[in-house]
Amino acid sequence: GDWHCTASWKTHSGSVWRVTWAHPEFGQVLASCSFDRTAAVWEEIVGESNDKLRGQSHWVKRTTLVDSRTSVTDVKFAPKHIGLMLATCSADGVVRIYEAPDVMNLSQWSLQHEISCKLSCSCISWNPSSSRAHSPMIAVGSDDNSPNILAKVQIYEYSENTRKYAKAEALMTVTDPVHDIAFAPNLGRSFHILAVATKDVRIFTLKPLRKELTSSGGLTKFEIHIAAQFDNHNSQVWRVSWNITGTVLASSGDDGCVRLWKANYMDNWKCTGILKGNGSPVNGSSQQGIFNASLGSANTSLQNSLNGSSAGRYFFPPLDSPRAGSRWSSHAQLLPPPPLIEHSCDADTANLQYPHPRRRCVSRPLNLLPENEGV
Amino acid sequence: VHRRKKLSCDPEYVNKAHKEGRFLSPPVSGRPSSSCVFVVRKDQDIYIQTLRKLFNESHGIFIGLQRSEEEFAGKSRKTQLVQVSKNYRSVIRACMEDMHQAAVSARDPALHSQYSTQVSILSAMELIWNLCEILFVEAAVAGPLLLRLLDWVRLHVCDVDNMVREVLSSENPSKHELFWNVVDVFVLQGRMDEARHLLSKEASANPTSVNMCRILDDLMKKMPVPSLGNTQTLTEMELKWQHWHEECQRYLQDGTFASNSHMESICKILLGDENAILEKKELMTTWYHFLVTRLLYSHPTVKPMELRFYAQSSMDLFLGGESSPEPLDTILMAAFEFELHQVIKECSIALSNWWFVAHLTDLLDHCKLLQSHNLYFGSNMREFLLLEYASGLFSHYSLWQLGVDYFDHCPEYGRVYLELHIERIPLNTEQKALKVLRICEQRQMHEQVRSICKIMAMKALRNNRLGSALSWSIRAKDAAFATLISDRFLKDYCEKGCFSDLDLIDNLGPSMLLSDRLTFLGKYREFHRLYGEKRFSEAAKLLLMLMTAHIAPCSFWMTLLTDALPLLEQKEVIFSAEQTYELMRCLEDLTAGKSDKQKFQDDDVETMKVEMLRLALARNLARVIVKEGTLEGS
Repeated sequence: GDWHCTASWKTHSGSVWRVTWAHPEFGQVLASCSFDRTAAVWEEIVGESNDKLRGQSHWVKRTTLVDSRTSVTDVKFAPKHIGLMLATCSADGVVRIYEAPDVMNLSQWSLQHEISCKLSCSCISWNPSSSRAHSPMIAVGSDDNSPNILAKVQIYEYSENTRKYAKAEALMTVTDPVHDIAFAPNLGRSFHILAVATKDVRIFTLKPLRKELTSSGGLTKFEIHIAAQFDNHNSQVWRVSWNITGTVLASSGDDGCVRLWKANYMDNWKCTGILKGNGSPVNGSSQQGIFNASLGSANTSLQNSLNGSSAGRYFFPPLDSPRAGSRWSSHAQLLPPPPLIEHSCDADTANLQYPHPRRRCVSRPLNLLPENEGV
Repeated sequence: VHRRKKLSCDPEYVNKAHKEGRFLSPPVSGRPSSSCVFVVRKDQDIYIQTLRKLFNESHGIFIGLQRSEEEFAGKSRKTQLVQVSKNYRSVIRACMEDMHQAAVSARDPALHSQYSTQVSILSAMELIWNLCEILFVEAAVAGPLLLRLLDWVRLHVCDVDNMVREVLSSENPSKHELFWNVVDVFVLQGRMDEARHLLSKEASANPTSVNMCRILDDLMKKMPVPSLGNTQTLTEMELKWQHWHEECQRYLQDGTFASNSHMESICKILLGDENAILEKKELMTTWYHFLVTRLLYSHPTVKPMELRFYAQSSMDLFLGGESSPEPLDTILMAAFEFELHQVIKECSIALSNWWFVAHLTDLLDHCKLLQSHNLYFGSNMREFLLLEYASGLFSHYSLWQLGVDYFDHCPEYGRVYLELHIERIPLNTEQKALKVLRICEQRQMHEQVRSICKIMAMKALRNNRLGSALSWSIRAKDAAFATLISDRFLKDYCEKGCFSDLDLIDNLGPSMLLSDRLTFLGKYREFHRLYGEKRFSEAAKLLLMLMTAHIAPCSFWMTLLTDALPLLEQKEVIFSAEQTYELMRCLEDLTAGKSDKQKFQDDDVETMKVEMLRLALARNLARVIVKEGTLEGS
């Protein structure tokens, strides 16, 4: 279960900021973007069988996108239902959308749209919704540092009428530099959920209102709510990422932690876990989720640095030093195989009498769970 | 085991330092880069081999429960639900047995303790479930309620078993130092017959206490207990009990047992004296045992709704302020208070995976208990928990198949969760892909079918497995891709002079019609087959048709005409005059279509081919005119 490097190559003449995968329907395709003002598209070539045995793979560059005049800060493929498209954003505030009309030919990309965002861009996110009610949509984040109160998150939407992307919305409440942005997977909702990594973690909901048919391009107007705002990182938040169903958000920050956020079925967002950089849970994490997301390292060689102080999670207080991979204590004794005792009520199953954890006469007082409303 | 990254989709490692002016360089290569990628997983429990049975069998019970909806009504429905609950519990117990075996046979002490812990947890789960079954599923009424609770306690207090066995198996039980402890245990658990049996041993061993034993034995024998059937009403029983209680009281006050402290304490217990019962704390070990014993000897006709008061006071008395409640206690207390919601919440917090709460909540929902509790999040909570549980299953390389069925029974979000999850299952092998496909096809998830087939087709194409790629495109009904692959086949043929994957192409059947190019491929192969079988005139007809009906792309006509050469050169005349004229027309169309410039660029081989064709066609025409002109020919 170890990860090893199957390919590594130097190509850009500056730092590579981001890489992103295309959908496997298009093959094994990557895109990268760099400080050197270019973005590139890569395809994995099936090499000699020897290489595969040695765990090596070959990647060839299919195209270089050189239109940007400044550092390209993000590159993302569009959702597959739109086709083979990607968007880049640059430090000079230009978002470019490219398309490969022939999905079998990755060397031919044409620049379809150029959007000027007026602010230096740092990140983009496509709305993954494939619903026919939703037009293609991109959120753009800006890390512009100059003192102003301009909105650092802008939403651009494709209009069928004008066949262009136009600004549909700007999140006025986000005025600090934005480092990452991510739409959540849709799940058939009518509204959208957008996570923003800035000086804190923010989750917005955007509910489309009736399209203004009279306005130019028929852009959607949105009702914006902030569903959650968390400053637990207590520092800049750099990345946000959703799980498959858009029910858990992960964020990482300058405090060196990864935090996981989840909404209960009343739509209240809470923290369900805090991890250190190596994946081990943080000691005594006082943020208790209503629904326990117990986290442990899959790699048993890593030290699991749990202790019993986050007691609400545990069934029984751990007695002594933590065991790797285990969050349970064991102060129940195991008897030798007991005789089977028949009982009239459970006549159909033979009964084993087992010690279930019983209270000891003197046990450590537990930290009771903080009061959580609205489970 | 396939490792899946939960936290991010991209293997990103960004060096932001460059921009910021400070350098945080990644670990330098030389070491394998596994040190920068950490896979973190929740729902670890699904990987425990010994719990596999739990997941598989409970899945079967779950499905059975969903499908049995409303077959019966009223009392038989309740019996049915109680049976389901018992089935779940027996699965838990079976798992405990397995886990126990594993613990016993584990050499590694760490492993041993892990298994032992698991046994404890399962035991606690069964304890809670059992109580929920009594209070909620069966909804035992006053009378039977106490009997059920007694059973429950007897099943789950086992710390004393060793002691019991030791005393019973000794030569002279009544002389054993723990003899009276065992008698106490039986009395506390309401096991009167066994207590009386021991008393008789004491009577025969100790002549001085014969009288006391006889009286105590009598009291025990006469103690009224609630009956399961309808043989007496509650009031009847209460009356009897009152008389009996008074009789016990008289014996105690008369000092009958004064000379034997053990028997005196037993009499006090029979009278429900709290202090007397509390003195036997060590034999009861838990406050809920204390609760049930108290009820047995002070209020055997307790009603369900009265339990909460007794429960709270029992816990307070038992703990005596020495220690505070543990999670297990909180859960049980919530159950005694009939706070279903609280039970589920506390269990969710305390347990490491969703298995328990998901299945229990589903069962309670079928008992129509959640809906009446709180309309707003009744069924939503059931679905929420099932979705959580099933989502967790999907990260497992084989348990995901169970997850599919759980999603099926989540009416609101089940389908979309399934759509999203099933697309992310790694399709390492063809069999797995086919399995996933079948599931999608059964549920009319057309987009997922198309997507999976496309992914598999692409994979095959990249690995140059054209036949596999073609069959995946056909399954996806992807005409464009089928055209592309057919072109590749034809290109390969032109280069190599033979077809790969003949089996597939020969047996295309009606799927040949998916795309024009595919049809051509199929028919062209048929032409080759006919030629191989020496059915020349049929082959010839087919060949001509391919061009005249425009099934063949223009780019391929030269190849087809070249294929016609051997037919033209045969000893026997194959093409008729009309056919020959057609062929000539095709050739002329082909060459006329080329511009002068192209003709100039054509190399010698091309021009020679055209020349050869013209010659062959002319020769054939000559022969066929003669043949058709003669009397026998036609």
